[in-house]
Amino acid sequence: MEATEKTISDQKPQEHGMEEEEKYVLGFWLFLASDLVLFASLFATYLVLRTHTDGGPTEAQLFEIPVFMLETFLLLTSSYTCGLAMHALKNGHARRLIGWIAVTVLLGLAFVGIEINEFITYSSEGATMQRSAFLSAFYALVGTHGLHVSLGIVWLISVAIQLMRKSIQPTTARKFINAGLYWHFLDVVWVMIFTVVYLMGVMG
Amino acid sequence: MVHQIVEYLRNADPLIQMSAAAIVLTLLGIIFALTYYKKWRWLWREWITTVDHKKIGIMYLICALLMLFRGGVDALLMRTQLAFPNMNFLDSQHYNEIFSTHGTIMILFVAMPLIFAMMNIVVPLQIGARDVAFPFLNAVSFWLFFFGALLFNLSFVLGGSPDAGWVSYPPLAELSHSPGPGINYYVLSLQISGIGSIATGINFIVTILKMRAPGMTLMKMPLFAWSVLASCIVIIFAFPPLTVALALLGLDRIFGTHFFTMLHGGNPMMYVNLFWIWGHPEVYIAILPVYGILSEIVSTFSKKYIFGYKSMVASLMLISVISYFVWVHHFFTMGAGPGVNSFFAVASMAVGIPTGVKVFNWLFTMFRGRIRVTLPMLWALAFIPCFVIGGATGITLASAPSDYQLHNSYFVIAHFHQTLIGGAVFGLLAGMYYWWPKMFGFKLNETLGKWAFWFFNIGFYVCFMPQYALGFMGMTRRVYTYPAETGWGSLNFISTVGAYLMGIGFLFIVVQVLYSIRYGERDTTGDPWDGRTLEWSLPSPAPHYNFAQIPTINGRDAWWEMKQQRKAGSLVSENELKPIHMPNRTPLPFLMSLAFFVSGFGLVFNQFTIATVGLIGVIVCMLWRSLEDDRGYYLSVDEIKQTEASVRGA
Repeated sequence: MEATEKTISDQKPQEHGMEEEEKYVLGFWLFLASDLVLFASLFATYLVLRTHTDGGPTEAQLFEIPVFMLETFLLLTSSYTCGLAMHALKNGHARRLIGWIAVTVLLGLAFVGIEINEFITYSSEGATMQRSAFLSAFYALVGTHGLHVSLGIVWLISVAIQLMRKSIQPTTARKFINAGLYWHFLDVVWVMIFTVVYLMGVMG
Repeated sequence: MVHQIVEYLRNADPLIQMSAAAIVLTLLGIIFALTYYKKWRWLWREWITTVDHKKIGIMYLICALLMLFRGGVDALLMRTQLAFPNMNFLDSQHYNEIFSTHGTIMILFVAMPLIFAMMNIVVPLQIGARDVAFPFLNAVSFWLFFFGALLFNLSFVLGGSPDAGWVSYPPLAELSHSPGPGINYYVLSLQISGIGSIATGINFIVTILKMRAPGMTLMKMPLFAWSVLASCIVIIFAFPPLTVALALLGLDRIFGTHFFTMLHGGNPMMYVNLFWIWGHPEVYIAILPVYGILSEIVSTFSKKYIFGYKSMVASLMLISVISYFVWVHHFFTMGAGPGVNSFFAVASMAVGIPTGVKVFNWLFTMFRGRIRVTLPMLWALAFIPCFVIGGATGITLASAPSDYQLHNSYFVIAHFHQTLIGGAVFGLLAGMYYWWPKMFGFKLNETLGKWAFWFFNIGFYVCFMPQYALGFMGMTRRVYTYPAETGWGSLNFISTVGAYLMGIGFLFIVVQVLYSIRYGERDTTGDPWDGRTLEWSLPSPAPHYNFAQIPTINGRDAWWEMKQQRKAGSLVSENELKPIHMPNRTPLPFLMSLAFFVSGFGLVFNQFTIATVGLIGVIVCMLWRSLEDDRGYYLSVDEIKQTEASVRGA
């Protein structure tokens, strides 16, 4: 085997250019479909348990409108900047692409930071994950989304590094397309969290 | 952690202590053998770092057979304990552990890997592809499965097996009722292997949709590939609820949350729902590929095109959709109300319709066919009546009012063993015999195989038919013993005899494999069964690049058509060979799964430092993969010619 292994010097493998990359994009769509079912299961759990407060804090007592509005604003804006990055990719502007990824990452970091702060505030008020079934479900759903966003940030940074090293090619373009899909997907999930958890929560 | 494990082993049952000693000795033996024969390098280069779908398939097969042995031993221990009233062979705790591990292993670490083995080995060859869509991810899936299974199997010597049934329902599975590490092992090993299963699902959907040979439209695709597609669609939508159920149960146990506890507002039925939203589709994940295998075998050994191809495809897809709307039939007795129960009862019965379509199509394919009763065909023939009885008893259970009587009785045990053994296992064994020459280049001995077949089949009916009656007589599942006055003694004894007959059948298969490695008929043609689909156009075993040239497909049963054209002398000559792009082997899937294993092992014992180290390892591996520049390599035309000459000329 060893003797036959040769490195490939040309940038595009002969048999597959963008066609090869399409497989990855389809695969990633399928992953998103699967991940959506994961969130659906967490939403179902939350909806079943949201009234099970066991005499502890309720949704209306916990959620503060300015905080979750700010989170929503940051995440939706980051989706917009991610879209601008996609636009830069289509026009082949590598530096602009990296710049918009950086803005997206910063907005994402701000979102995660505020969410962590929100969790710490709740916990210090005694609303920990262990307090009631409602809080367990709340932290599980919103926390899973937060973990996804954190992973998305690491991923976008990794893609940006590759874009800096290799500029725009089929591979790096595909990697950004997938990371971008992931980012928009998390935005969609957040819109559902915003509605089901926070809006329905403060309305009581 | 170490202290806990030592304490456990010191106080354990002698059976477990002996097993622990046997495991250590076996491991030392393997290490010695690998070192003595200087095979470490071979193991690392050819197997551990491989991304070749055929080798990954073989590794799945080996693991599945080893796990079948362990699950089978569990079964025999249980049947021995139940052979007579008031037996003292196993105590109640040990019995609980054994039925829990038996169920979990048979479903997740035998049925699943056997299916993945067939999928891996056959699908790319059948659709004319050089590998799966994502060979790297495929290796990740395998190693996640491997380390998940390893973690699960370590439990019984390192701290105690899970003992809350294969379903691990809370509140029994909660910390308050099961304080040991057993359930943690269950949660984390299933979680780790479950990630691998989702990845496999995605991988094969893309492979089937994007990598078929030119000319092979979806409606010209072999039925096995269709069945895998249906099964993978179920995988990607059914596994996430299991992931959530296990994660939340794990949070309850390790971090003290209250999803499913009896206190602070938890709701145990939420777990039961999430579990079965995965659990029922899971049995279709296991059975759908078997329908595909049956279709291939029946068609090949009847020398006919499959009867009703389009209705076969439609029924496969229909089953994969209906499979999501039946989960509540596992707990009609929860009392969801007549409306809900009726819906799920009707949906469960509806599964019988597309399944019936398939059975009739197999029968009509055989009708006036030129039937050859080979080993694969023998198992396929045994499958049909067995599965039909299993389906009929399934309809009995799907009827909510009668389920209130039969729920949790031995009738249920008999029913699902009939569908999972008489269905999945018979079909998968048929598939194993059918594709064995393609995997290893030789046939398995027919005589020994027939002994195995008859022992296993007769054993099956002797073992499980009495259990239907025991169910009617009121014997419930998961009882470790029963008094003589119940009158269950004689039927239980018969059932145990049947279990041992099946055990003998399994031993015959082992002997058959060992004998055939040396003396089995070599397959020099690549087409030992006069097959109909593309995998038989290749030498056995197939070269690592599969197809020197990707064939162009003009009809269903592509290889059969090519053979007819060749006989008529109208097959076009071969085109020029071109260099083939191949993926590089890589240690990352193994290392990443190892990191998952370390993390899982840490979490089992609430050791968060170990868990964190493992998780960091996982992230490092992912970033490594993302940043590395792995373009694969090219096989030159000369190398392809040499390989083709050596495999075809032999």
